[in-house]
Amino acid sequence: MNVRLYVWQRATAAVMAPLVLIHIAVIFYATRKGMTAADILSRTQGSIVWASYYGLFVAAASIHAAIGVRNVLTEWSPLNNRHAGRLALLFGLLLAALGTRAVFAVVLS
Amino acid sequence: MVAELSVSLWRGGMDGCYETYSVPQRESQTVLDVVTFVQRYIDPTLSYRFACRVGVCGSCAMTVNGRPRWTCRTHVAKVAGSGRLEIGPLENLPVIKDLTTDMQPFFEKWQKAQGVFAPTKTRHEEIEQIRPDSPARRLADAAIECINCGVCYAACDTVRWNQDYFGPAALTRAWTLVNDERDAGGSARLQAVAGAGGCHSCHSHQSCHELCPQALNPTAAIAGLKRRTTAAYLKGEIKA
Amino acid sequence: MIARGTMHRGSALWIAAMVHRLSGLALAIFLPLHFLALGLAIDGEAKLESFLRWTDQPLVKFAEGGLIFLLTVHLLGGLRVLVIENLDWRDGQKQLATIAAAISAIVAFIFLARVL
Repeated sequence: MNVRLYVWQRATAAVMAPLVLIHIAVIFYATRKGMTAADILSRTQGSIVWASYYGLFVAAASIHAAIGVRNVLTEWSPLNNRHAGRLALLFGLLLAALGTRAVFAVVLS
Repeated sequence: MVAELSVSLWRGGMDGCYETYSVPQRESQTVLDVVTFVQRYIDPTLSYRFACRVGVCGSCAMTVNGRPRWTCRTHVAKVAGSGRLEIGPLENLPVIKDLTTDMQPFFEKWQKAQGVFAPTKTRHEEIEQIRPDSPARRLADAAIECINCGVCYAACDTVRWNQDYFGPAALTRAWTLVNDERDAGGSARLQAVAGAGGCHSCHSHQSCHELCPQALNPTAAIAGLKRRTTAAYLKGEIKA
Repeated sequence: MIARGTMHRGSALWIAAMVHRLSGLALAIFLPLHFLALGLAIDGEAKLESFLRWTDQPLVKFAEGGLIFLLTVHLLGGLRVLVIENLDWRDGQKQLATIAAAISAIVAFIFLARVL
């Protein structure tokens, strides 16, 4: 861990705090209403708002989770810092790729 | 009929084992008294450290029933619930023999964190006027009473998991110097605590704060370093 | 085996830090699966719909409640860390950590009450 990784991790954490609160609210709303896939997609498709919200969420989560995983690997696994960093980076890229695909899936009609 | 304590002491080096001795229990006995009894009357080959015996030097720190503490300030009555004591050397440090550890890594990290005063004046210049109630001096004074006993270092999980990590004591000393107007360490010291092993590895478990016999708060000092290094990094004064 | 220091590991703050780390790991493992599930919508709503109906089972709802607990506890624990690191020191950390865990459990419980 160094100051650069620390700044990115704490900054993405701060960005995500309100995003997570909104997400929990959305979960409560959607499950209460018993929404079907069609209900959900009719709201998200073509929506710049949802695209921006989820896009930002995916970017921040990918960075935050990757740095967190890096910390866990350097402290709890036998990997050295460089290998832990590489593995964490791959994980972050995986999250970003799958996440972006998911955003496209629900936003593009 | 004197009650007897069952005392397990670590014997040997890193690959040693616990050996058990029977020690008569006495009133107001400290754990240091118990260790001393074993060495004087049962096994003279036992190695252990102490100096002042009155809780001002920090030399007698050991792991007592799973917790690092000063043995001269630990009453047996308080910790030996069922008449049993398990005493080992401080953790996270190489063991020399029995209850003595090699403090060298602890002090090397002190140096790496630049916990060393960098003077700015000579004897020929006027003495600096430091107000004790200035905000910076208050912060420094709250953290200055460290006597390098190693309890915080032994208690810290991040030290255990990350061999680069400087540890609470070294970083707390760096923090006092960051707040010392006379010191010239400046951004070089911030750079030293902003890399691998620096303040950003701290997870705020606060074991250090909970166990420090001097009631210091390394977690707070390290949080202060996190703020200063972040500001310096964002201003371009230090690099990642 | 060397001397073991274990007593302080039961402290509320140590547990809070461990819960924070483990919840983060669990969420990190869950996230790719979550993205894959949402990605089912790429071919239209039918696949996503059948997946959502699969999640109607009580067992899955319990797991979702668990995930909501993990998310909330990770968020609140993270906020506590941000407070320690960026604001002036305050005592009462143990109380804050306990409150965070309690709120997370309540939120997860409310979710389960509504969906089961």
